Amino acid sequence: MSNAENRLNDFDPNDSKGQEVKKFIQEHKNIKGGLIPVLHKIQDVYGYLPKETLNTVSDSMNIPLTEIYGVASFYSYFSLTPKGKHVIRVCLGTACYVKNSQAIIDEIGRELGITVGQTTSDGKFTLEATRCLGACGLSPVMMIDDKVFGRLVKDDVPKILSEFN
Amino acid sequence: MDIVKFTIDGKEIEVPKGTTVLQAARANGINIPSLCYLKDVNKTAACRVCLVEVGPKLIASCSLEAENGMAVKTNTKKVRDARRTVVELLLSNHKRECLTCIRSENCELQSLAKELNIRDIPYEGEKIKGDLDVSSKSIVRDPEKCILCGRCISTCGDVQSVYAIGYGNRGFKTKVTPAYERGLGDTVCTNCGQCIMACPVGALHEKENIVDVWKAIEDPEKVVIVQTAPAVRVALGEEFGLQRGTRVTGKMTAALKKLGFDYVFDTDFGADLTIMEEGTELLNRLNENKNLPLMSSCCPAWVKFVEHYYSDMLDNLSTCKSPSEMEGALIKSYFANKMGIDPKKIVSVSIMPCVAKKFEGDREELGKDGLSDIDYVLTTRELARMIKEAGIDFNNIEDDEFENPFGEATGAGVIFGATGGVTEAALRTIYEITSGEELKDVEFKAVRGTEGIKETEVKLKNGKTVKAVVVNGLANARKVLDEIKAGSKKYDFIEVMACPGGCVTGGGQPIINSREREEIDIKAQRAKGIYDEDKSLPIRKSHKNPYIIKLYKEFLGEPNSHVSHEYLHTHYVKRNKF
Repeated sequence: MSNAENRLNDFDPNDSKGQEVKKFIQEHKNIKGGLIPVLHKIQDVYGYLPKETLNTVSDSMNIPLTEIYGVASFYSYFSLTPKGKHVIRVCLGTACYVKNSQAIIDEIGRELGITVGQTTSDGKFTLEATRCLGACGLSPVMMIDDKVFGRLVKDDVPKILSEFN
Repeated sequence: MDIVKFTIDGKEIEVPKGTTVLQAARANGINIPSLCYLKDVNKTAACRVCLVEVGPKLIASCSLEAENGMAVKTNTKKVRDARRTVVELLLSNHKRECLTCIRSENCELQSLAKELNIRDIPYEGEKIKGDLDVSSKSIVRDPEKCILCGRCISTCGDVQSVYAIGYGNRGFKTKVTPAYERGLGDTVCTNCGQCIMACPVGALHEKENIVDVWKAIEDPEKVVIVQTAPAVRVALGEEFGLQRGTRVTGKMTAALKKLGFDYVFDTDFGADLTIMEEGTELLNRLNENKNLPLMSSCCPAWVKFVEHYYSDMLDNLSTCKSPSEMEGALIKSYFANKMGIDPKKIVSVSIMPCVAKKFEGDREELGKDGLSDIDYVLTTRELARMIKEAGIDFNNIEDDEFENPFGEATGAGVIFGATGGVTEAALRTIYEITSGEELKDVEFKAVRGTEGIKETEVKLKNGKTVKAVVVNGLANARKVLDEIKAGSKKYDFIEVMACPGGCVTGGGQPIINSREREEIDIKAQRAKGIYDEDKSLPIRKSHKNPYIIKLYKEFLGEPNSHVSHEYLHTHYVKRNKF
């Protein structure tokens, strides 16, 4: 598989992120079920799954690109487009949903001019809907990056967003 | 072998261990309907149509192994209701334009709805939305008709190792799609069309050119010339209810004339010509020990496969155009000149068992002075549709013949339609040319048959041994190429036909539904027609074709001459793997 090795060498030796991913792929390429940990790693390093990197994964792990795309598009955790600097995850789990978390999503969307799954044009925010965050007592709940906001009403939204501007 | 004893609907059944309940039932004349199951290809148990009752449970029989003492029920109210609900739900999310669908009356979902007595679809809900994908030159995808059975995905991946399509997204949004939801035309798809053959519904079909061809025929300014590939004549009759594999060469040529084509030629002539050119090319490469193994280039899906996945081996591909393209090039030059026809007025049509030929026909390098060698490619299925549309009584039409100079072909040209045919035809000629002796037994049995990979060695009179391998199915081709690259195998010549079985079971041939596929060996049946035709012909070696001899004398000079290269040879391009 000289071809596959060549592609791994496409990673710039001076790019520390690329080298981290390369090392991880090398460690996992012969492990059954290695694809998902590799995708996690790429997502962690780059914040999303860049096309070029997935081509390299396909070549070096000998997994068809269509299969990788199938996995990447199946799990909502993975993103095929770059995410914003801050990721907003609004809970749409049962408890939050009955406490009208949809109104919170709508309000954030209105404020930022995006819909669920999109990123603002300045690259600052990505809006996502998520399932139970395990804080039902605080419903409705959302997280921005790793910070939790609970007992939300839609008028809280502008103030919270301004904290991240 | 371990035997399992169990019952289906009270009937005692014995089968080898490992047999599924579905297989056991069918082998014992018990009908269980199925949809996503495709023997040897797809067993995803995704559709749930083949549910049976075992104890308190409903289980998909296609993936349920029979066990000792098992009591299976296939015909209870619970089973019937569940199956009906499954099909009703499928139909509720299906674009039901059955009257105008290309697969009308040849659709497995439609047959099931009929078989299960479905009169109403009680579920009204949102339907999956998706744009028609017309980006490919050969294949059209309609996601709104797709039932997500996965038969195309297994075929493209496991059988062909092309992996152009897979599942994307999940839940209601699940779809069969190329990576990144690109158009099929923008992928590694080789256009082999085996996905069409696997699709139970109208979600995949060829890009039709019927309207274009009618228009050309209607145009009094145009001279419309048609040629038909060897495999078409052993399959076309099936579309008119004739037995699978029936030879209808005479009826086909008669019908083509009735449709209004001005000249009806035989691609078999192009095949004979290919043998002259490719055989000479092989002998030259053997002498120079250069670019070996020589890889056949008749099959456009195989050529595109190499361009994408093995672009470091492009020099191994024969530079010969495919037989139909060679003939197309001669129609607009040698023939036009001979007849005093302006080549610009010629519309060249080929009838092919293939959808990849549509892509090939559109390749820029296959033409000269702004004129394409082939203008339109129709599949066997499209030709049948035209014949029906014209109201021609195909089964009762009187036999006719191909016209010359491209109507006379040898048995060697005919066998191009089946896997191994190119090799056998080449060996017949190479043997005689190198030895100067007559070959008594022209049948090279070692390269016949539908096995995926067949090796043979022929010792030539000059002492050289030609080691050839005959491959059908692209996953087999991948295996052979990987072995060559790894150095574990060495050959002088590789023949590849992308479709399992060769052109006789190409992606443009009449569609065989999943049940019939289980019951008959369609590859062998159609191949038999091909070999029968070979046997029936007075001349069975390409270099003995009098019109081939005349063509070289009048126009080409000799094989691989400068003129030959100008008209009959081509080059290839490196394509992206992703």
